[in-house]
Amino acid sequence: MDQPAFNHGLQMAFLELQALNKRYNNVVAVEDFNLSIERGEFVSLLGPSGCGKTTTLQMIAGFTQPTSGAIMLNGRDLGAVPARKRGLGIVFQTYALFPHMTVEQNVGFGLEMRKIPADERRRRVADALDLVHLTHLGDRFPRNMSGGQRQRVALARALVIEPELLLLDEPLSNLDAKLREEMQLELRRIQQEAGVTTLLVTHDQSEAMALSDRVAVMQGGRLIQEDSPFDVYEKPATSFISTFLGKTNSLAATLERDKAGTTIVIDGTRLSGPDTALAAGPVEVSLRPERIELTDAEKATISGNVIERVFLGDQWLFRVETPIGKLLVMQRNLGRREANVGERLHLSWEPEAMRLLPRGEG
Amino acid sequence: MNRNGIFALCFNALFALFMVGPLLIVIGVSFTPTGYLEFPPSAISFRWFKAILDNPDFIDAAWISLELGLASATLSTVLAVPAALAIGRERFRGRDALQGLFLSPLTVPTVVLGVAFLRFLSLFDINGTFFGLVLCHAVIVTPFVLRLVLASVTGVDRSIEMAATSLGASHWTVFRRVTLPLILPGVVGGWVLAFITSFDELTVTVFIVNPSTTTLPVRLFSHITQTTDPLIASISTMVILLTVLLMLAVNKLYGLDRLLIGGEAR
Amino acid sequence: MKTTGTSTPWLLSAPALALFAALLLTPLAMTFLLSFNSFSFYGGIENTFGFQNYAEVLSDVYFYEIFGRTFLIAFITTAICALLGLPEAYILFRMKPAWRSFMLLIVLGPLLISVVVRTLGWAILLGNKGVINEFLRDIGLISSPIRMMYTSTGIVIALVHVMIPFMILAVWAALQRQDPATERAAESLGAGPLTIFMRIVLPQAMPGVLSGSLIVFSLSASAFATPAVLGGRRIKMVSTTVYDEFLNTLNWPLGAAIAILLLVSVLTIMLAWNKLVERRYSGVFE
Repeated sequence: MDQPAFNHGLQMAFLELQALNKRYNNVVAVEDFNLSIERGEFVSLLGPSGCGKTTTLQMIAGFTQPTSGAIMLNGRDLGAVPARKRGLGIVFQTYALFPHMTVEQNVGFGLEMRKIPADERRRRVADALDLVHLTHLGDRFPRNMSGGQRQRVALARALVIEPELLLLDEPLSNLDAKLREEMQLELRRIQQEAGVTTLLVTHDQSEAMALSDRVAVMQGGRLIQEDSPFDVYEKPATSFISTFLGKTNSLAATLERDKAGTTIVIDGTRLSGPDTALAAGPVEVSLRPERIELTDAEKATISGNVIERVFLGDQWLFRVETPIGKLLVMQRNLGRREANVGERLHLSWEPEAMRLLPRGEG
Repeated sequence: MNRNGIFALCFNALFALFMVGPLLIVIGVSFTPTGYLEFPPSAISFRWFKAILDNPDFIDAAWISLELGLASATLSTVLAVPAALAIGRERFRGRDALQGLFLSPLTVPTVVLGVAFLRFLSLFDINGTFFGLVLCHAVIVTPFVLRLVLASVTGVDRSIEMAATSLGASHWTVFRRVTLPLILPGVVGGWVLAFITSFDELTVTVFIVNPSTTTLPVRLFSHITQTTDPLIASISTMVILLTVLLMLAVNKLYGLDRLLIGGEAR
Repeated sequence: MKTTGTSTPWLLSAPALALFAALLLTPLAMTFLLSFNSFSFYGGIENTFGFQNYAEVLSDVYFYEIFGRTFLIAFITTAICALLGLPEAYILFRMKPAWRSFMLLIVLGPLLISVVVRTLGWAILLGNKGVINEFLRDIGLISSPIRMMYTSTGIVIALVHVMIPFMILAVWAALQRQDPATERAAESLGAGPLTIFMRIVLPQAMPGVLSGSLIVFSLSASAFATPAVLGGRRIKMVSTTVYDEFLNTLNWPLGAAIAILLLVSVLTIMLAWNKLVERRYSGVFE
C-alpha cells in the first residue's frame, strides 16, 4: 500500500502531539513526546506495559490532562476541549459496551447525543452494523454475544459518529489467539473502508506490525523509534527494540575499520562486517535467527554443535554452541530430517544481516 | 476517575452528619454532670460512667451478651463451614433448597422468629435458659457465616487441592493445610459478623429471656421504654466504643463493605 | 463443581440441617398450628382448631389500621432510602480510595452498632424536650415543641437511619460490578455528566436499588426496636402488636395469627417484587 506523504515543513499534520509531558507526583509517565499522524494513516503505539502508551491515549481522548504540551487535531488545539466534545471514536480494552442496552441502542448512543433524527439514526446504525457484519444481531444484549462480536459492536459504536480520529486501546487483547488473527485482518479492512485516521495502542508487536502503516515504539515514557513496520524490524534503533520486536541474537562485539571495510571481532573471532556509520570501538550486534543459513563446512561463517532443537511445524529452531556464543537459528521446514542435538551445523550469513548498534543502550 | 462536584460533597457531608449525629448525641449527653439529659453537656463529667459500676444488672447483662455472642458465633461457624463446603462445591439434588433453608432466617421477620422460638422453648420448658438462647442465636447468625464462607469457598481454585492430593496429602490434610487457610478470611469474617449480630440482637431475644438471662440489648431496651437518663447514655457510649474498635479491626482484616455485602464485591 | 451421587454433601450439612429442622422449621410449624388454637382469659391456650383468630384480625378495623400503617411506613422508608442512598453510593464510588474507605466506615459502620443504641440517639434528638426542640426554642423559632416522638414521621426518620446502609451496600455492590470504562465510553460519545448518570450509571445501578429496596422494605415492615421506642403504645406497628399480645395480653394464639399474617404478607410482597425484577432484567445482566 502507498505510504502517505510526510511533510515536516510548516504545514501541520492531521494529528500532532507536541512535547507532551505527564507527571504524577514526580513520577514521569510520558516525557517530551512528539508524534505526527497524517489523515487516513494507521499508526501503532507499541511498547511494554508501563511505557506510557495508555497515558498518551488517555491524554488524546481527554480523560487525562497533560502536564504540559499540546495536542492538535486538524489544526484545532484539543487542550481546552472536554472529552465529550472531542468527537473521537474510542474502542476500549474491555469494550465498555453498555450492558443494559441492545446492540442497536449501543451503536446509536453517540448519534443520540448528537441529536440526529431517529430515521437517519436508524439508517446510520444499520450501515455501521453492516460494516462490521453484525446486521442480524441488532436487538441482542452484549452479554449474549461472543468476545469477537462484542469487539465488532464496540468498533461500530466508535465509527458510527464518523470520528476524525479512531483510538484503539489494546482492542484485541481479550480475544484468543485464533480469533485475534482473524480480527486483525477484519480491523484493517474496516479501517480502510471507513478511511478513518487510527491510533492503536498495543503491547503486541505482531499486532502492531500487521495492522499499521507506521509503528511508534515507546519505552520509559519516551518515543524511541518511529518508522514503517519493516524498518522498525530491520533497522531497530536500540537493542531494546531489536529484542522487543521478534527474536534476535544480541552479541557484544568490537568494531574495527580499515581501508577494505569493517571487521567485527567477537571473542577473538573475526568476521567481515557491514557498512556502518558507527565509529570503531565496542558495539552490539543484532543478528536475526531467520537470517542465518545452514550451509556446507567450506562455505560456513562459523560452525557449532546443536544443543537444543525445537520443531514448530512451519519451522525448526536450533540453539547452536559456536565460538562467538550460543546462536538461535531458524530454518524453514522443508520436510526433511534436520540435525539432531549434538550434531554439527555450519552456519553462514551476509555481513549486512548483522545490525550494529551502539553498545550499552536500552 | 471523575471528581465529585461541590454539590455532591455537600450532600455527602450532610449525609455523614445524619449517620453519625445520633451516635454523637448519645456520646455527648453521657458526659453530663447533671441527673437529666442535656446537650451540649454543661460540663464534662465521668459521673455516669462511674455509675455503671453501681448497676450490676447492666454488667451482668453485658457478660451474658458476651458469652452468648461467643458461644452462638462459634457454634454457627462450626455448623456453617462444612455446610458451605457441601453447598459451594458439590452439585446435588436439594442443594438450592438447602441453601435457601440456611439463609431463610434473613427473610423471615425477626418478630416471627421470636414468637416461634418462644413457643418451642416453652413447650420443652427450656425458655429463658442460656442453652436455649445459644441455639436460637446460632440459627439467626448462621446465614451471615454461611454467606461469607460460601463466597470464600467458591473462590478457591479446586486445582490447588488436586495439586495437594497429587503430592500425597490425605483428605483431612488437604482441608487443614490447603482449603482452610484459603477460606480462613471468610470464616473469621463470618464469625465476627455472627458475634456482633448476636451481641446486638434484640427482637428475637426479647421473647426468650428470663430475668436471669437478660442480655444487654434487652436490658437497655426495657430501660429506654420507661425512661431515658444519662446512665443509659453512658452504657450506650461504652457499647458504641467497643463496637467501633471491633469494626476497625474487622475493616483492616477483611474490608467492611466486603464483610457486609457478603463477600461478593471486589 | 462436580456432580456427586454420594451422600457426602448431606453428611457435611447434617449438623446444620439438624439445628435448622429442630429450631427453625419445627418452631415455625408450631406457631402456625398455635394460630388456630383459641384463648380464654381464664383458661389460657386451648387446644382447639379454628380460624377464629384470623377472623378476628381480618374483621377488625383496628388491625387493618396497624397493618396499613406498618406497610405505609415501610414503603415511605424504602422510597427515602432509595432516593438518598443511590446518590450517596455513587458519590462514595467516585471518591479517592483513601477518603472512600473512611466514608464507608462512617456510612456503613452504624449497621454494626446496636439498633437500641441508635434508636436511643433519635429518642434524645426527637423528644418534646429533646435536642432539636430545645435548639429551635433557644433560637426563638418555635414557642411550643414540635411533636416528633410518638409520630409516624419520627419512626420513618429513625428507620431511614437504621436501614439506609443496606441500600447503600446493595447499590455499592451493583456499582462495583459495572465496568468503569462504560462511563468514559459514554463521555467520548458526547454525553454530559447528567446524561451519563441517568443513561449509563442509573440503569446499571438499578438492580442494586431494587434488591436494596427489597431488603429495606422487609426489614422495615418487621422492625421492632425503633417503633417500640419511638412509637410507644400510640403508634403501633405489627411487630409491636405481636409483642404486646405475647408478653402483655398473653393471647398467644392471636399473636401467632398476626405473626403468620405478617410473614405471609412480607413473603408475598418479596416474591412479587422478585418476579417483577426478574422479568424486567432477564437477559440484560449476568
